Amino acid sequence: MSIRTATVASRVGLHARPASLFVQAAAATGLPVTIAVGDGDPVDARSILMVMGLGAQHGDRVTLTADGEGAEAALDSLVELVETDHDA
Amino acid sequence: MPELVPEVTTALRGVGVGTGAAVGTVVVLAPPARPPAGEPADPAAGPRVREAFEAVAAELRRRAETSGGTTAEVLQATALMAADPGLLAVVDQRLAAGSGPATAVDEAVEQFCAVLAASGPYLAERVTDLRDVRDRVVARVLGLPEPGVPQLRGPSVVVARDLAPADTAALDLSLVVGIVTELGGPTSHTAIIAAQFDIPCLVRVAGALDLPAGTDVALDARAGTVTPDPPVALREQVRARRAARTALAASAGGPGRTADGTAVQLLANVGTLEDAERAAAHDVEGVGLFRTEVLFLDRASAPTLQEQTDAYARVFSAFGDRKVVVRTLDAGADKPLAFVEVAAEENPALGVRGLRTSRRHPDLLATQLAALAAAAERTGTQPWVMAPMVSTPDEAGRFAAQARAAGLRTVGAMVEVPAAALRARQLVAAGLDFVSLGTNDLTQYAMAADRLEGDLADLLDPWQPAVLDLVRATGLVDVPVGVCGEAARDPLLALVLVGLGVRSLSMAPAAVPAVRFALSRTDLGTCVAMAGAALEAGSPQTARAAAARSADADVLAL
Repeated sequence: MSIRTATVASRVGLHARPASLFVQAAAATGLPVTIAVGDGDPVDARSILMVMGLGAQHGDRVTLTADGEGAEAALDSLVELVETDHDA
Repeated sequence: MPELVPEVTTALRGVGVGTGAAVGTVVVLAPPARPPAGEPADPAAGPRVREAFEAVAAELRRRAETSGGTTAEVLQATALMAADPGLLAVVDQRLAAGSGPATAVDEAVEQFCAVLAASGPYLAERVTDLRDVRDRVVARVLGLPEPGVPQLRGPSVVVARDLAPADTAALDLSLVVGIVTELGGPTSHTAIIAAQFDIPCLVRVAGALDLPAGTDVALDARAGTVTPDPPVALREQVRARRAARTALAASAGGPGRTADGTAVQLLANVGTLEDAERAAAHDVEGVGLFRTEVLFLDRASAPTLQEQTDAYARVFSAFGDRKVVVRTLDAGADKPLAFVEVAAEENPALGVRGLRTSRRHPDLLATQLAALAAAAERTGTQPWVMAPMVSTPDEAGRFAAQARAAGLRTVGAMVEVPAAALRARQLVAAGLDFVSLGTNDLTQYAMAADRLEGDLADLLDPWQPAVLDLVRATGLVDVPVGVCGEAARDPLLALVLVGLGVRSLSMAPAAVPAVRFALSRTDLGTCVAMAGAALEAGSPQTARAAAARSADADVLAL
């Protein structure tokens, strides 16, 4: 299993548009991807409801995991997405 | 013209909004279907329920593609919810645990609503979106039509339990000649939309949903009645009244004046840029209330100085030399803006809202004032700028100083809090150039009755003599006094307000011609006498009747 950490860059945190973009990208990888805030429990990154329910704020550290072929590359792109400010 | 006299036996009664009348075909906005009580378990329903979710998601994606901007983004996010693997997993669990199919959908959705609600107030609208998905899926699972707005085919009277903003956005308002709701109050969302578009409206109508779809009804907002299958004579009366109003709108024009020449400015209330541009085409003397928060309702992050400057400049240039009164951001727990973090409050109407928001977010107000000044400079105009929810002279003085320091020259305050009305002179002495009465909130606070509580509609009547007392106290100041609230659009009440010292009236542009006409038929002395008579009354009904005794017959027929 591959693991990465990232810092939420969007000023509104991981809801609204940034959450939509992230969830769609996670689903597009075709891999089981999880996301957790800090030391919290990981949730399915393909579920917009679970991702919004994390309440990840601007500046929070999140941990992403993925399994399977291409997991490293998939996580690299997801980290980049989380670390982009989509409201700028 | 006499009030319509419907057959007493068949007419339903309610609280009228405005004074218009209309005949149209009933279109019922059905309330969403709920899972039946004791719905039997069906563990094999999984695929059928998934199909329902997928169909709803597909429809939302289709609608997202055909809309633009923020609406498209919201629909796209809602479609993701309808296809959410986490949600579907919980539905499967509920089915396996023995819940019926529609019940399982409802339970799973409520579980996520609780999670979202716990994550903060900015997710409140997502909870609404998720419940909208739920209603659509439940309807499909039960084999019922999806809730929503039917296609209108001709002049229609829309009948609903209550109208949500999403419903009114989906309605083709050019075909809506009347609105009848079971719930709501005279200052609810439905009533404000009806006023904005000058659609006769009746709220608080018991049994409204029993009006059969497809039949004709006659609606009379002034009399507070809706009559099914109107007889020919009643239809003819409605037609004549509508024709008279149209003729009135076409005949009169120009600045507001009493019969003896006292100037009373007639201004428009606007929210969106489209509102403003539409209002600018009307025969109005400017804007009396520019609700700036409406521009940013859909925003997730605070609008930048540049964006705000551009938006304000568009409105200022649309009105050119005409007066524009801008209200600074009016946000709070009851009017949430996603980019203004507010704690949940027991009593949001009494909480951190209006100008009070700047205690926690001083930067928002500073940026807005800078943007207003920049837009004024760019367009060469002189906007009037006022703060909402001012309670004390100290607040008024600090706001005035801050606005002037930003480069704004004409600074005022809304009078919505009884404390501000009672001490209006001290408020003005703290450095204000004008005040504007927000009669909706002033009534809510004077009568201690929630604006959204339809059961208290009688207390929320702006003819309440106690409210008129507060207007009189405010009217004594020696700077311009305006009214921007529903009270200004009632022609008879407008005359009373003028008698109490008000010299500008701001309302939905469609209401201006009737008020202009009432002013033109009444001299200032009569307005003062009407105000005196209304203040002597003991109830809203007797206050109105007392004022009506001195009114011109043609004014009473409006």
